[in-house]
Amino acid sequence: MAEVKARATRDAYGEALVELGAKDERIVVLGADLTDSTRTKWFADKYPDRFFDFGIAEQNMLNAAAGLSLVGKIPFVSTYGVFVAGRAWDQIRTTTCYSNLNVKIGGAHGGISVGPDGATHQALEDVATMRVLPNMVVIVPADFYECKKAVMWSVEHYGPVYLRFGREPVPIVTKPEDPFVFGKANLINDGSDVTIINNGPVLKQCMEAVEMLAQKGISARLLNMHTVKPIDRAAIRQAAMETGAIVTVEEHQVMGGFGSAVAEAVVQEHPVPMRFIGIQDRFGESGTPEELFEEFGLTAKHIVKAVEEVLAQKKGRG
Amino acid sequence: MDQAKIEELKAIAHRVRCDIIWALAHAGSGHPGGSLSATDFGVALYFHALRHDPKNPCWEGRDRVIFSKGHVSPLVFSLLAESGYIERQELKTFRKLGSRLQGHPNMECPGIEVGTGSLGQGLSVAVGMALGLRMNRSDSRVYCIMGDGENQEGATWEAIMSAGHYKLDNLCVVLDNNGLQIDGWVEDVMGLAPLADKWRAFRWHIIEIDGHDMAQCVQAFEDAKKVKGQPTVIIAKTIKGKGVSFMENEAEWHGKAPKRDEAIRALQELACPLEYFDF
Ligand SMILES: Cc1ncc(C[n+]2csc(CCOP(=O)(O)OP(=O)(O)O)c2C)c(N)n1
Repeated sequence: MAEVKARATRDAYGEALVELGAKDERIVVLGADLTDSTRTKWFADKYPDRFFDFGIAEQNMLNAAAGLSLVGKIPFVSTYGVFVAGRAWDQIRTTTCYSNLNVKIGGAHGGISVGPDGATHQALEDVATMRVLPNMVVIVPADFYECKKAVMWSVEHYGPVYLRFGREPVPIVTKPEDPFVFGKANLINDGSDVTIINNGPVLKQCMEAVEMLAQKGISARLLNMHTVKPIDRAAIRQAAMETGAIVTVEEHQVMGGFGSAVAEAVVQEHPVPMRFIGIQDRFGESGTPEELFEEFGLTAKHIVKAVEEVLAQKKGRG
Repeated sequence: MDQAKIEELKAIAHRVRCDIIWALAHAGSGHPGGSLSATDFGVALYFHALRHDPKNPCWEGRDRVIFSKGHVSPLVFSLLAESGYIERQELKTFRKLGSRLQGHPNMECPGIEVGTGSLGQGLSVAVGMALGLRMNRSDSRVYCIMGDGENQEGATWEAIMSAGHYKLDNLCVVLDNNGLQIDGWVEDVMGLAPLADKWRAFRWHIIEIDGHDMAQCVQAFEDAKKVKGQPTVIIAKTIKGKGVSFMENEAEWHGKAPKRDEAIRALQELACPLEYFDF
């Protein structure tokens, strides 16, 4: 295999904003004292007149973004996922989503891979809180290229969009020319025994799991599903019918998040046994990303184990 | 206040600064700037003003402390170690998997009243504690340590308003007025001046001090205890990164741990005892 390069999805957000800024005068970026770590500093340096630091005041920032959108701007609001999707939830719900305003929200530092800062800074519920809001679109890109395309796409779409990024560099596994079709999963590997559906920067672990399973003679389909809402029902139905078992993978609470979204589709389209890889109803902790992936059960080994469990259940139902 | 006691507190503050650098260097991440700015009044609080029993952290009659700016965990844990809530060696586990000393303090660590780290929440909790203690006819006091940037949070002003309204004279905020936040100077990011007037308008008693003058810190806590019918805010003028020359007034040292050589330089500047260099 060629040398894998790694870059954080937050870097793609920063780069995409700079490119968008050059093309479209309507783009404005708002921050809350985290300009460097959300990578919006790159935009702020280039277009200081279109960048606003609101200070440590997330609720105000969200409604100000709504106001900007009402006079024709396209605001990208950027801070950590915990602070935006948590603290400013009511502002997002009742001002932006209820009126279907054109506000883009960048939630940085998603997941436990944030590391040593610990539970207070690890967004593990943001996908759930954003996904329940009518009109909201939720996208969790898996790597650098996918993220850049998602950000570019979000300007084409009118309405609220929540984009979630990770802090750590993750291997670049998609190609610049791969299609980014809103709401549609990408097939990474075809298989017939089970389907693994990935959401976000844990794609590499899923790919490793597929290889480990192949060595055990298990043929696993791998779907990379960047769009949590609207969910790709067609791909899920097909996976359920053709492989008869599904494992979802996300760096988020399994309750209410991506796995739940898939399960909602599965039970309505074609019920099959499922397992959920993700955070199991716990708060995060301090540690290195690798230690935390092990501790919270997010490694390839854990995915393989979940696949074996779900296959046993599938057989049992015969 | 006798001079000997002041000198003793200064010596403690010096050890706490050494511990902060030591813990950060072991962790490889964390927040030195705001920890060092809050050290002197933190020491005055823990080793002079506070009524507490480190061997019995849940003693009912204790005063409560809430570090609303939870990112200064290196300071918090160093104060707790120096007071005897935890062993000093435990500072080596700061920010490591499985440690009681998380990146931002939580209730697993003895001496922590509530988990913090998301800014703008601590003062509201302190208001509730102060209300409840008054209902219980307790004479315990509640202390809340906040950052100046943190004043930008709207919910903070809701808390300030309610404390003034309820005349919570058992509540004392220490505002670490170091003038810096992450993106730079507070006045450039989102100006708060005139800060004292804002708090005063919400019916608080204001005490303004040099937060690195130990005698002033001690006196401020004494004066605050005497105020009746109003909560008190001690606005402490400080220097972010105080005590380590290359960290002072540098925004970049808000949330960055010193690398090994930087830590050694910092410890040398602080003339730390040899045991601090063992990492
Ligand atoms: C709600 C929330 N928003 C953003 C942050 C990220 N953050 C951590 S520290 C900090 C700056 C704090 O500045 P200040 O209150 O002045 O503290 P100090 O300078 O004393 O460290 C920010 C924005 C946070 N922890 N919580």
